[in-house]
Amino acid sequence: MAELSAPTARRLRPDLLTLSAAGLLTIIALGLLAPLIAPHDPNATNLLARSQPPVWMEGGTWPHALGTDNIGRDLLSRCLYGIRTSFGIATLGLIFSAVLGVALGLLSGLGGAWVDRIVMTVTDVFITLPNLLLLLCGIALLGTDIWVLVLMIGLIRWEAYARLVRGQVLALRAEGYVEASRALGGSTTRIALRHILPNLASPLIVILTLSFPGVLLMEAGLSFLGVGVQPPTASLGRMIGDGRDYLINAWWISGMPSLVIVTITLLFQIIGDALRDRIDVLADG
Amino acid sequence: MLRFMAIRIARAAITMFLVLVIAFVTLRLSGTPFEFMYPEGITAEHLAALEAKYGLDRPWIEQFWVYLTDVAQGNFGRSLYTNEVVWEMYAERMPYTLAVGGLALLLAILIGIPLGAFAALYRTAPGARVGMGFAFLGYAIPHFVIGIGLILFFGYYLRVLPTTGLATPQHYILPVVALAIPMIAAIARFMRAAMLDAIGHPHVNTAVSKGLTDGQVARGHIVRNATIPLITVLGLEIAGLLNGSIFVEAVFSLPGVGRVLVDAVEGRDFPVLQFGLIAYALIVVCVNLLIDLLYVLADPRIRLEG
Repeated sequence: MAELSAPTARRLRPDLLTLSAAGLLTIIALGLLAPLIAPHDPNATNLLARSQPPVWMEGGTWPHALGTDNIGRDLLSRCLYGIRTSFGIATLGLIFSAVLGVALGLLSGLGGAWVDRIVMTVTDVFITLPNLLLLLCGIALLGTDIWVLVLMIGLIRWEAYARLVRGQVLALRAEGYVEASRALGGSTTRIALRHILPNLASPLIVILTLSFPGVLLMEAGLSFLGVGVQPPTASLGRMIGDGRDYLINAWWISGMPSLVIVTITLLFQIIGDALRDRIDVLADG
Repeated sequence: MLRFMAIRIARAAITMFLVLVIAFVTLRLSGTPFEFMYPEGITAEHLAALEAKYGLDRPWIEQFWVYLTDVAQGNFGRSLYTNEVVWEMYAERMPYTLAVGGLALLLAILIGIPLGAFAALYRTAPGARVGMGFAFLGYAIPHFVIGIGLILFFGYYLRVLPTTGLATPQHYILPVVALAIPMIAAIARFMRAAMLDAIGHPHVNTAVSKGLTDGQVARGHIVRNATIPLITVLGLEIAGLLNGSIFVEAVFSLPGVGRVLVDAVEGRDFPVLQFGLIAYALIVVCVNLLIDLLYVLADPRIRLEG
């Protein structure tokens, strides 16, 4: 509420948070619009234009503004589609893990002492499991389909949300309106859905924003290792991984998607730090 | 204190048990290796005989028991591809991973803690701002991008450092730095926050007003209080180090265990993979227990709560 009393001039000045959010939304829009704005088919190879440098270097041309990779695919188009792939997988994985975490958190907070104890022990144990190794086992077992990535990412990321929701539920349970609803004969399910869930929205949105880059990098990392998104689908991590062999002659094959990833994670980091300063939800999660 | 440690040890045991269950289920769900061993196909009777021979026709509970006794005896099976003993595959490559990881941890502690402390004590100094700016970058950028950046700059642009393998001591520099940077950033950021928190406590005021020098206050009353929560962060960072080393080893083509794991995923080599899962989990669980113990020893308040 402090912002309301601040001078209007200060509120209107674009701050770092607003600028970063705008930048991030632009990147997301670029990814969503990739099929419309990409200059080339991301998978079309052109053997006559292999490993062409970006336009500002000698030998670069405007049709391939960010250069081409070792088999002549346009890097700008692949980066745009890569953003689409990475954000898509990260968003779906995050939604899945949020649903799972919220459900378990509600169960833990409202289900009574024993349910709470069991769910919280599982959560504690889950935190110490080696995430990446579990992901690798899951992928080896189920294959590298995009849906497997979404499922696995969701399955290993839920515990932070379960904790947050449980903490909030325990706090909200003491509120007068929850007690009133219970006194009027409201069932636990009704209380969970009508009175508690709506109050969870804002801390949940903050924590989801904070954990988004982690999920995004998880997909990028797996793809980088070659066990995530499979070719020819464009993925930023996969592009960086595939370009490793050509670093010495054509740095841009790995470099361009690296720059995109760095930009995305830095923007998220700025937004995350600003959000953390404003609302300290993690502290009481 | 005994109660505190007993709960932690019980939790660690539950974790390891769960990991073993996951490893066992992964191994069994992946099917039998016989199709793999006999690519030309086998008859139903032959398959049944093989299953009976290896105990795969028994109930799952019994198989799990057999699996547990195997694990307890250090028998983790052989790779489906190379027929190497799984345990030896890791033992051969573990020294490289440990060396790079250990050096990175050391570097991160030696740089991260002073950097964070300095940034908290001299908040407005240009050096502190630049340092924390770098920490901000290092915290956001993933290992593999940092690694690629280091290779391009030091390996191909300046041409001063080797970029592949671990042949000479110089080869260690870039991988260790790549692995350490995110950890330096995390430690420095956390240390700075913990120091600022410690500075606000009333006992710091008391210490200043009774005439201690700035250096004495910083050492005795601020840094000491800030390092206790840092112990927990170090535990998390060591777990993160295991993950990071897989990426750094891939970037710099190091002969560590990371390559073994990635190959095992690609080739669906489950005996190799399950050992990796168990070994990593065991390391993380032991580190966590150690951290808890250190925590109790460092902070008398927990000891008394008991």
